[in-house]
Amino acid sequence: MSTQVAETSTGISHAKLGIWTFLASEIMLFGGLVSAYVILRSGSAHMAIPPREMMGVPLATFNTFALITSSVTMVLALAAIKVNDMKRFARFIGMTIGGGILFLCIKSYEYNHKWHEGITLSSNLFGSFYYTLTGLHVIHVIGGILLLLYILVTGLNGAYDAHNHERVEAAGLYWHFVDLVWVILFPILYLL
Amino acid sequence: MDTHGHGHDAGHGHGEPTSFWRKYVFSVDHKVIGIQYLITSFLFLLVGFGMMMLMRYQLAWPSPPDDFDPEKMSLVRSTIAKIFGDKMEYGFMRPDFYNQLGAMHGTIMIFLGVVPLGVAAFGNYVLPLQIGAPDMAFPRLNMMSYWVYLVGGIVMMSSYFAPDGFPQSGWTSYAPLSIVAPPGQTVWCIAMVIIITSSLLGSINFIVTTLNMRAKGMTLGRMPVFVWAQLVTAVLLLLAFPVLEAGALLQLLDRVAGTSFYIPKDMMYGSTVFPAAGGGNPILWQHLFWFLAHPEVYVLLLPAMGIVAEIIATNTRKPLFGYREIVGSMVLIGILSFVVWAHHMFLSGMRTSLANLFVTTTLTISVPSVAVLTCLLLSLRGGAIRFNTPMLFALAFLPMFGIGGLTGLPLGFAPTDLHLHDTYYVIGHFHYVVAPGSLAALMGATYYWYPKMFGRKMNETLGKIHFWMTIVPMNFIFFPMLFQGMWGMDRRLADPTLQWHNLPVQGWSVIMLFAACVLLLGQIPFLWNFFWSLRHGEIAGENPWNATTLEWACPSPPPHGNFVTPPEVHRGPYEYSVPGHKTDYWPQDEAA
Amino acid sequence: MIKEDWGFQTGLPEAASSYAPNIDWLMNVLHVVMIGIFVVWGVYFIYCLVAYRARDGHTGTYHQTGEKASFIPDGLILAFEMWLILAFGIPIWASVKQSTPPPSESNNIHVIAQQFAWNIHYPGPDGKFGRRDVKLVSASNSIGLDESDPASKDDIVTINQMSVPLGKPTILQMTSKDVIHDFWVSNFRNKQDVVPGLNTNLWFEPTKTGKFEIACAQLCGLGHTQMVGNVFVKTPEEFDEWQKSQVAEKAGTASAAGAVAPSENRS
Ligand code: HEA
Ligand code: HEA
Ligand code: CUA
Ligand SMILES: [Cu+2]
Repeated sequence: MSTQVAETSTGISHAKLGIWTFLASEIMLFGGLVSAYVILRSGSAHMAIPPREMMGVPLATFNTFALITSSVTMVLALAAIKVNDMKRFARFIGMTIGGGILFLCIKSYEYNHKWHEGITLSSNLFGSFYYTLTGLHVIHVIGGILLLLYILVTGLNGAYDAHNHERVEAAGLYWHFVDLVWVILFPILYLL
Repeated sequence: MDTHGHGHDAGHGHGEPTSFWRKYVFSVDHKVIGIQYLITSFLFLLVGFGMMMLMRYQLAWPSPPDDFDPEKMSLVRSTIAKIFGDKMEYGFMRPDFYNQLGAMHGTIMIFLGVVPLGVAAFGNYVLPLQIGAPDMAFPRLNMMSYWVYLVGGIVMMSSYFAPDGFPQSGWTSYAPLSIVAPPGQTVWCIAMVIIITSSLLGSINFIVTTLNMRAKGMTLGRMPVFVWAQLVTAVLLLLAFPVLEAGALLQLLDRVAGTSFYIPKDMMYGSTVFPAAGGGNPILWQHLFWFLAHPEVYVLLLPAMGIVAEIIATNTRKPLFGYREIVGSMVLIGILSFVVWAHHMFLSGMRTSLANLFVTTTLTISVPSVAVLTCLLLSLRGGAIRFNTPMLFALAFLPMFGIGGLTGLPLGFAPTDLHLHDTYYVIGHFHYVVAPGSLAALMGATYYWYPKMFGRKMNETLGKIHFWMTIVPMNFIFFPMLFQGMWGMDRRLADPTLQWHNLPVQGWSVIMLFAACVLLLGQIPFLWNFFWSLRHGEIAGENPWNATTLEWACPSPPPHGNFVTPPEVHRGPYEYSVPGHKTDYWPQDEAA
Repeated sequence: MIKEDWGFQTGLPEAASSYAPNIDWLMNVLHVVMIGIFVVWGVYFIYCLVAYRARDGHTGTYHQTGEKASFIPDGLILAFEMWLILAFGIPIWASVKQSTPPPSESNNIHVIAQQFAWNIHYPGPDGKFGRRDVKLVSASNSIGLDESDPASKDDIVTINQMSVPLGKPTILQMTSKDVIHDFWVSNFRNKQDVVPGLNTNLWFEPTKTGKFEIACAQLCGLGHTQMVGNVFVKTPEEFDEWQKSQVAEKAGTASAAGAVAPSENRS
C-alpha cells in the first residue's frame, strides 16, 4: 500500500497531515493544563511560588539550551537525508537523541533535588503543577526519543532517501513540538 | 501510503486477509471495524437502557407505601429484590446505587453508546465509501482505536467491582464530590483517559482520510453532508477531548497522588479536614469538563444531522435544499460550540457578569441549528416522499430535535435558567435531542445502510413497528419531564417524594415507567429484525434505495478495497429528478 | 399505584419572591414563542408530508426556489433573540444576581452547607456575625462558631429551618464545608451553587408568608435527596418574636448542662 505523495487529494502526505492533526490535539492538551495553571496562579491565594534559587534556574536554562540544540540537529538530519547523506543523517539523529537523553538526565537530577528541598507533588499547588506539567512533558520526550530511535534504526536499514523521508519529517515536527512545549513551560514555571 | 506499511502486513494492498482472526477480529478493514463498533455500541446502549429501566422503576414507586407488605410483593418487585440483594431491598433502591446507575447511564450512553455509534460505527463504515476511498488513511490506527475503545469500555464497567461499586458522582463528576468519592471514581478517570485516547486516534484518522483520500472529482463542495458532518465532528473531538483528558488527569492525581487542583483550602470531609494541602478550585473542573462536554453534545448531534440529510435527500427524490447553507451552518456550529460552555455554569459561582456573554453566544449558536433544520424541512417541499423505515426515523428527527432544541432556549437565558437549572427540564431538553433525536436518526441509519453492510434489507413491517414503539413512548417519557422540571423537581433524586414540593408532579413518573416498558418491548422487533435479516432479508443489490452517493456504487457488501474500479466523481451528491435524465437519480460517479 | 397526594401538575409553582414575576414573564414569553415556532414549522411539516407524498404520476422537482429566502426566518429569529437578551435577559439577570440590596437594609443570613444539611447562621439582634473557624467544628458546633467572639453571643444557628421576615430582602451569604451543594427554593425562582472555599450570594425578597421547601439542587452524595429544609416567611412581628425566643433559648441552654447537640434536632 505505498501510495505516492502526489496521490493524496491535498498533495500533503498522510503522515504529515496526520502529525499536524495530532499536534493540534496535543496543543489543546497542554493548553488545557497550562490554562488551569494560569487560572489558579492568578486566582488562588495558596499557590506558594518557591523562591528562584530553589528552582535552579541556571540548570534549567542549560537544559532548555540542550533541547533547543537537539531541535537544530533534527533540522540538520532532515537536511542531510534530503541530499541522501546517510552518514550525516545518522550522526545528527544520534545527536538529537543524545540531546533528549541529556535533557532527561538533568531533569531527573532536578526532580530529585527539588523533592528533597520539599517541593513535592502534594506539598502545595505549585509543586502539583510543576510535576504534572513537566512530568507530562517528560513522557513526551521519552516518546520522542523512542520515535527517533525507530527512525534511526529504520534509516540505517535504508528506509529513507532523498525522495522518501516523510516519516523523518513527521518525527521532526513532533520533536520540535516537544521542544516548543518546554520553551513555554520553562518561563512560566521557572521565571515568572 | 507508507506510514503503516512496515512489518508483517506491509504490502497487504488489496489482497484479502485469509485467517479468521485477521479477517473478522483484528481486521484493519474499515468496514469490519465499523461493524465491530456497531455491535459493541448497541450492546452498551442496551446496558445503559437497562440501568435506566431500573431507575425509572425506582422513580415510579420510590419508597414503600404505609401498608407495604413484603409478603405480597409483585413478581417484578420480588425478582428485582432477589437479583440485586441489598442494593434494592424489597425492590426499593438504595440512594448510592441510584447515583451509581445514573452516573453510569450518562457515561455509557454518551461516551460508549451514541458517540461510538454515530461517529465510529457509521463514520467508519460509510465515510470512506462516500468519498470513494479504498480504506481509511491509517488502517492500523483504526483497528487500534476500536480495541482501545473496547478496553476503555471494559475498564469503565469493571468499576462495578471496586469497593462501593460504580462511580457515583454523575457523568459530570463534579469536584470535590468526585475527589472524596469511593474508588470507582478512580476507575472512571482511567477509563475516560483510555476512551479519549481511542477517540483521538479515530478523529485524526477521519480528518486525514476525508481531506486526503477523496476520489477523483470529489471536491469539498461535492462531499455528501454526512461526510461534512463527520469532518466537523472529528475536529470537535480532536480539539475538545484533550482538555477533558487534562481535567481527568488532574482529577486522577487529586484522588491518588495527594495533589489539590480541585480541593479548596480547609475542605472538610465528614468531621475532619480533608488531608490535602488545598488551595485548588472546584470550579476549575467544571470549566475543563464543559469545555469538552458542550462540543461533545454537538458530537452527538452532527452525525445524526448528516444521516438525516442523506436519508431525506434519497427519499424525497429531489436535491437537498440549501446544501451550502447546511454545510456552512454545521461548520459554524462547530466553531461556536467552543465558546458556549459556561451556559452549564450560570449558577456555579463563576463571575455572574460573565453570564451575559455566554447567554449571547448560546443563543447565537441556536441560529445555525435552526438554519439546518429549516433547510431539512424545506427539502421536503416539492419532493416525492417515500415513507420507508429509515425515512420515518429521519422525519421524526425533525420535530423531536425541534422540541429538544427549543427547550434549550429557556435554559440558555440565564434568568430562566435560574429556575430550570438542574431540574428535570434539563433532562427533558437533552433527552429530546439525544434520544428521539440522535438515537432515532442512528436507528434510521441502521435501516438505511444495513443493505450495504450485509447485502440484505431489514424487514419493513418490523421496522415500522419498531419505529412507532420507539418514538411514541419516548414522548411519553420525556415530555412529562418538562412538566416536572418546570414545577421544580430536581434531577438526580433517588426518591423525589422525600421533598414535598415534588408530590404534585410525581404522578407523571408512573406514566413514564409504563412508557419505558413499551419502549423496551419496542426494541425486541428491532433486535429480531437485525439478526433475522442477516439470513432472511430481501436481497438488496448494489443500490437498493436508488441513491446517488458513492457508497451505493460498490457491491453490497463491498469487498476488501471497496471499489472494483476507483470511482470518478462528476457531480454533486444529490442529483435527484434531474430533468431529462433517464432515471430520477443520477449517481455521482455515472459518466455524463 | 398512584398515591392520593401525587398529582399531574403542569406549569410553574406559586411565585413568592419579588423578582419571581419577572422571571415567570420571560419564561412564559419564551414558551409562547417556542410553541408558536413549533406549530408553524409543524403545520408546514405535516403539509409537506401529505402534499408531497410519493404517488403515481408524481415526481420530485429538481429546481429549488427561494434558497435565499430561507435566511429570512434565521435572521428574524436571531434578531428576536438578541432583542430578548437585551430587553429582558440581561436586565432581569442583573436585578437578580448583580444588584444585591444594601446589607444594612436587609436581613442577613449565612448559610453553611454540608453533607447533608443546611446550617443557617443568623447574626441575632446585634446584626453582627460571630467569627467562624474550621478548627472549632465539632459535633455540637457544626459551623465552628467561635463563642469567645463577643459578636457571636446572640448568634442563632439552626439546621434546615430558616425563618425570614416578609417585606424585607434577605441576603444569604453561602459557603460549603465539603462538596458543592445548591440552595434552591422553587417558589423564589432562584438557585445558587454553594461551593467549598468560595462565598456565593443569593438574595430574595419574599412576597408571601408561609412555608416553602429548600432543596439541594446539586448532586452531593448519598443524602442529596434528603438535603431538604424549609423557609418560613413570617410577618415582621412574628419574625422579631421568633428571634427573641431563639436568643432566649440559646442563653438558657448555654447555662444548662448538656446542651443539645445541633445534630440531634436535624429534621
Ligand atoms: C445533542 C445534544 C444537545 C444539543 C443539540 C443541545 C442544544 C442546545 N442546548 Fe443543550 N444540553 C445537552 C445536550 C444538547 N443540547 C445536554 C446533554 C445537557 C445537560 C448536561 C448535564 O447537565 O448533564 C444540556 C444542557 C443545556 C444547558 C444547561 C442547562 C442547565 O444545566 O441549567 C443549556 C443552557 O443554555 C442548553 C442549551 C442548549 C441550546 C440553546 C441548544 C441549541 O443548540 C438548540 C438549537 C435548536 C433549536 C432552537 C431548534 C430549532 C428547530 C426548529 C425551530 C424546528 C422545529 C421543527 C419542526 C416542528 C419540524 N443545554
Ligand atoms: C446519548 C445520551 C443518552 C441517551 C440516548 C439516553 C437515553 C435515555 N435516558 Fe438518559 N441520560 C443521559 C444521556 C442519555 N440518556 C445523561 C447524560 C444523563 C445525566 C446523567 C447524570 O445525571 O449524570 C441522563 C439521565 C437520565 C435520567 C435522569 C436521572 C436522574 O437525574 O436522576 C433519566 C430519567 O428518566 C433518563 C432516561 C433515559 C431514557 C428512558 C432513555 C431512553 O431513550 C433509552 C432508549 C434506549 C434504547 C431504545 C436502546 C437502543 C438500543 C438497542 C435497541 C440495541 C439493539 C441492539 C442490537 C441491534 C444489537 N436519563
Ligand atoms: Cu447537597 Cu445535593
Ligand atoms: Cu451546552
